[in-house]
Amino acid sequence: MSILVYTESENGKLKKAALEVVSYAKAVADQMGTSVTAVAVNADNAETLGNYGASKVLLVKDDSLKAFNAKKYAAIIENAAKNEAAKVVVVSSSANSKYLAPLLAVGLDAGYVANVVEAPSNVSPFTVKHSAFTNKAFANTEITTDVKIVGLSNNSFGLVESGGSAAVEDFSPSIPDSGVTVESVDKATDKVSIADAEIVVSGGRGLKGPENWGMIEELAEVLGAATACSKPVSDLGWRPHGEHVGQTGKPVASNLYIAIGISGAIQHLAGINASKVKVVINTDTEAPFFKAADYGVVGDAFEVVPKLIEKLKAFKAANA
Amino acid sequence: MKILVCISHVPDTTSKINFTDGDTKFDTNGVQFVINPNDEFGLTRAMWFKEKQGASVDVVNVGGAETEPTLRKALAIGADSAIRVNTPATDGYAVAKQLAKVVNDGGYDLVIAGRESIDYNGAMVPGMLAGMIGANFVANCISLEVDGTNAKAVREIDGGKETVSTSLPLVIGGQKGLVEESDLRIPNMRGIMMARKKPLTVVEPTDASAETNAVSFEKPAPKGAVKLVDADNIDELVTLLHNEAKVI
Repeated sequence: MSILVYTESENGKLKKAALEVVSYAKAVADQMGTSVTAVAVNADNAETLGNYGASKVLLVKDDSLKAFNAKKYAAIIENAAKNEAAKVVVVSSSANSKYLAPLLAVGLDAGYVANVVEAPSNVSPFTVKHSAFTNKAFANTEITTDVKIVGLSNNSFGLVESGGSAAVEDFSPSIPDSGVTVESVDKATDKVSIADAEIVVSGGRGLKGPENWGMIEELAEVLGAATACSKPVSDLGWRPHGEHVGQTGKPVASNLYIAIGISGAIQHLAGINASKVKVVINTDTEAPFFKAADYGVVGDAFEVVPKLIEKLKAFKAANA
Repeated sequence: MKILVCISHVPDTTSKINFTDGDTKFDTNGVQFVINPNDEFGLTRAMWFKEKQGASVDVVNVGGAETEPTLRKALAIGADSAIRVNTPATDGYAVAKQLAKVVNDGGYDLVIAGRESIDYNGAMVPGMLAGMIGANFVANCISLEVDGTNAKAVREIDGGKETVSTSLPLVIGGQKGLVEESDLRIPNMRGIMMARKKPLTVVEPTDASAETNAVSFEKPAPKGAVKLVDADNIDELVTLLHNEAKVI
């Protein structure tokens, strides 16, 4: 009996979310008096998971798995969970993990709770807290099945280094035909994605037009942040739909969310509410975002943002 | 092609969220319920298939009689018939199990569900349903074309998009992008009148117990007042983000 955790990687490199789910799994394992086994696919540095609490890593090396495939990956994790007699399986809240987890839940006949934000408040009955109503509330939910799947919300638990080491074992389960073939992937490799980002810089209609996004991108670059936008901006076609954050767009759970020229409609605030620190820059002192933000600047984005970029560059140079 | 569109009955996006009974139940007082926005994109795409490729479109909801106005709205938008599985939607697994029976009984080729519902945001029902009925599955679907039994879909991935080929029977978790927001259908008077005459069948549930149980709810802790920084003193903002918030 162990806690099994699926650790995502990209181009062989483990993602930060992978280290976070292992850190979380270690906390659950300590509560349940057991150990953590990680499953990794084509990861080059799987042994580093030991430092975050995994005592064993099942490593699948297979070129046919280079492109993510939910059904195949779910089958690998299901196989590992059965081999390890895992009672709890932990995955992240990335788009890929949310794609595979429901398939895994059916395969393991396991209850699944997504968007979990804390270690279990109780392991018997197994009870977890998760966001609901698009971050307008939380629910405390019991999972009543023998095997449980927890989907951890990104940036909610953080990284906990334990200084341990992991034994890496080759793992070669049989993998089914998937029925879904990846034809092409269109991804800007040099950009931070909203899901992975610790900092998100977001622009709204207050920026007046797509031609003014240069300063948003520059600010994001200085901070190593992802760029995002409000719904009206994507509806107007100023930015791609994939950048729209909010209730009907992407959820954001970053450590820092900087909203520039966004008034803060209830649907937008719901989508970003899981972010820990919120900064708003807006000319309108009555903008609802000022009620939701931690820090605010009342001012014209076209004056404030260039100053902020300059100050952050100076800060980075001084702290390099 | 026989299409089933899964419709969640959810609080309107502007709803304030409250709980009753010692924070154990969602307070529906004064809450307007609507078709889940992600399902609305799927329903409009289904209408396109109906009009351009001759498909039939049924809609389904798992829930009590209070969800019927939402199903009637889907009929007014143009669905041919509606099915309500007469049981409360307890958790994603139980809902998927009910839907699996409807799909198997109805012999549907394509099931369009929303990426997630905006109340519980689990994003689990479409994938669980696909797993239960052995259909192919595409999550976060932003484009779908069907040619005979072959399908081409585009799905949103973290930081980009991915084009996939697959085949029917297929379940998708759809979202904005399946159709443009400006193309979403609004029921007109004729549609509303016709919807009254369209069949809304109530079916009794199959045996499916929930695997999870929401025992209590809580709202985020009240937030302190915003700390305002003078626009001429951006140094202070950088200092606060570094020393106080510790995020840079």
